[in-house]
Amino acid sequence: MEQIFDSYAVGEAWDEMILPDGNPREHCAELHKVMSEMSRAEFEERCAERDRSFLDRGVTFSLSGEERPFPLDPVPRIISAAEWAVIEAGVVQRVRTLELFLEDVYGKGQVIGDGIIPRNLVFNSSLYKRQAFGISPPNGVRIHVAGIDVVRDQWGELRVLEDNVRTPSGVSYVLENRRAMTRIFPELLSSRPVRQVEDYPRHLLDALRSAAPVRAGSAPVVVVLTPGIHNSAYFEHSFLARRMGVELVEGRDLVCRNNVVYMRTTGGERRVDVVYRRVDDDFLDPVFFREDSVIGCPGILNAARAGNVTIASAVGNGVADDKLTYTYVPDLIRYYLGEEPVLKNVTTYRPEDPDQLNHILARLGELVVKPVNASGGYGIVIGPQSRETELAIAAENLRARPRDFIVQELVTLSTAPTMAGSKFEPRHIDLRPFAVNSGDRIHVLPGGLTRVAMRPGSLIVNSSQGGGSKDTWVASEEICSAEPSAEHPISEAHFPGLDQAPPPHHGAIEIEVAQMQQQQQLRLAPACDGGRRC
Amino acid sequence: MLSRIAESLFWMGRYLERADDTARILDVELHRFLEGPGLDQGPVIRGLLGALGVDEVAASRTSVYEVVGRLSFDAALPGSIISSVTYARENGRGIRESISSELWECVNVTYHSVGAISARADSMGPHDYFSFARMVRERAALASGIAETTMPRDEGWSFFTLGRSIERVDMTVRLIGLAEVVRGSRRDWMATLRSCSALEAYLRSYGGAVEGSKVLEFLLLDRLFPRSVHFSLSAAEAALAEIAPSAGRIGTTGEAQRAIGRAKAAIELREIGEILDSLPEILILIESACSSASTALARRFFRGAGLESWRHEDVRGKAHA
Repeated sequence: MEQIFDSYAVGEAWDEMILPDGNPREHCAELHKVMSEMSRAEFEERCAERDRSFLDRGVTFSLSGEERPFPLDPVPRIISAAEWAVIEAGVVQRVRTLELFLEDVYGKGQVIGDGIIPRNLVFNSSLYKRQAFGISPPNGVRIHVAGIDVVRDQWGELRVLEDNVRTPSGVSYVLENRRAMTRIFPELLSSRPVRQVEDYPRHLLDALRSAAPVRAGSAPVVVVLTPGIHNSAYFEHSFLARRMGVELVEGRDLVCRNNVVYMRTTGGERRVDVVYRRVDDDFLDPVFFREDSVIGCPGILNAARAGNVTIASAVGNGVADDKLTYTYVPDLIRYYLGEEPVLKNVTTYRPEDPDQLNHILARLGELVVKPVNASGGYGIVIGPQSRETELAIAAENLRARPRDFIVQELVTLSTAPTMAGSKFEPRHIDLRPFAVNSGDRIHVLPGGLTRVAMRPGSLIVNSSQGGGSKDTWVASEEICSAEPSAEHPISEAHFPGLDQAPPPHHGAIEIEVAQMQQQQQLRLAPACDGGRRC
Repeated sequence: MLSRIAESLFWMGRYLERADDTARILDVELHRFLEGPGLDQGPVIRGLLGALGVDEVAASRTSVYEVVGRLSFDAALPGSIISSVTYARENGRGIRESISSELWECVNVTYHSVGAISARADSMGPHDYFSFARMVRERAALASGIAETTMPRDEGWSFFTLGRSIERVDMTVRLIGLAEVVRGSRRDWMATLRSCSALEAYLRSYGGAVEGSKVLEFLLLDRLFPRSVHFSLSAAEAALAEIAPSAGRIGTTGEAQRAIGRAKAAIELREIGEILDSLPEILILIESACSSASTALARRFFRGAGLESWRHEDVRGKAHA
């Protein structure tokens, strides 16, 4: 029988599951075996089931206005426990660093004074918000949620591609993907122990609560602020609100008076302590930012400054995940923590520096140009995949506005077997681990979102560009046993059997009754038939 | 109303609810088992069988899938989904003229669909059990909705809802017991809440923290959630009051009322801490109260419906003579 991995050809990129000789990597061996035993027809059937289930449940992503089932590839991506430990440490290190950086640049500015990062790079960034200067968050946390994008280059080394410390999205799909995989491909999941992702909303809620102003007491009111149902990540906003058991509000549901934020409820106005906002800075508060914004809450920033509400993540975080700041993160790690970076950056050039610009222009055809102030994969020029005219335009832009771009060495992202039509083909992938900072502790969700570039050879994984995703498994070392918890002693509550109705046809009497009833029918039957025949 | 019809309505209500609840338990336990990192099979199996009151000597040697398969399709196993659906339909069949044809059809179609699925149970993978459980839950909800919109609110309706409520109490208590047995982490409580469709309602009222004591408080005592023990006991009480209104001024009239009242008092008037201290005893107490209520109802309202009792005495009498 033809197997599903037959004809799978590993290319130049590092493949996450298959070695160049065609055998699976050690940590993927069990999964590979289980999948090899399934037929293509079965995979296709299950995939159809997966799409139906996503559509039924409304797990969709809107792509150019069209609602589609979230694209989950049936082949999971496995990260070994040892490698995960590295990623986790690297993510925590970056989040700690960027927290310190934000505290610094919205306060004393020592990092600038010490000459680690240029003054104009920070203060000229459109993502630096002077309006947030001097606001000190209650528990010191500005980055409540971070998504640090990690890729693997062709030599197998993990590198950070990008930091997202504003409102990284995708975590709801991590949970939904796991749920779908558990239900639709149970065989795969039972092939090996995998660390769970289910309790992410609890960690997030803990982090948001611990960020509340002190006066909110032990039960702060947390809300999720969404731009509304037309936002492409609306599913995620409602998912998180539902799973945290908090209200999902739109800007028009909030009102700010005397520097206090309230939500309008049927029982009157209710004070809000923490706003987990999924609205960008520019739209958050028309008093300070875009005054035409109709999706924000006028006055919320003043309320935050007065210490009456916590905005999570904080206003002005963008300066820390600015693509230019990214180039300085390794230095910032050494500066703030006195540590070497656990995860390296992708080699990056700054066109602002004239020497570097010349180097860039000479090698433009091999490099990647990224606009500094854009996300979602928009505006990226990948040298080897671009036409001469596109490169010429890029070169012109670089000369005219060097501050607006960074240029990186091309990383051939690692690949993983991905369902393409009816067979597996290598597709490029990245990884977005999510970290939640509660102040005392940075919790990294085991795994994160693996995004897949669905077109052959493409390196653009963003879902806004038609990318897919994979359930991401972090191999678990521990076996979860059903040990009694300390809270209560275990009790073997063995219940008596279920009540049963007097059995309608088992007792001797019932059989007798049934027989008599049947005899009646038998006796009557011929007469009936006869009657009809006449 | 004829005793026989009242009894059938009562049991149809119970079996439909039982099929629904069993499907919920299987779905959640299977999911939990799959998702847990290498969870031990033994406790899961013991928990399932213990909760459903199935004595199983060979439990340790079977797999979770096998147990789930039997609890779905083993027609000889009381409490399996197929036997609950079969009995619900048996009871409905005898009273077709007294229930709406839509309700009968719904129950009948469910019976045939479950039978058809059961015929190919051997080739079913674990993933098929999820769609099966979902189908059972949806069919039960459909039956419940049809009953709601087509049955006159007469005595028959009261017997039907009484059966459904008593069964819901019984099964919810077992489910809580199950969580007690296989509990290890916070996640087990989430599974328990899910199996009662209560996760979101719980999160909204308790705001996020899934803690054992709060979950128990919610599932036992919440006055607004329709699957909580308290809510279902109140529903049973209301149905009983319709069937047999108190005649006098003193106390409660019927034995069934007293049993339900005892169950309610066991949780309603206690601090949650006190309940937790003796949870297993309280769960068993509520369960046996349901059982006594059911027996009391049979004695008072259904006697003579099953020919069994008097014929037995009759036969024995003759033999002695």
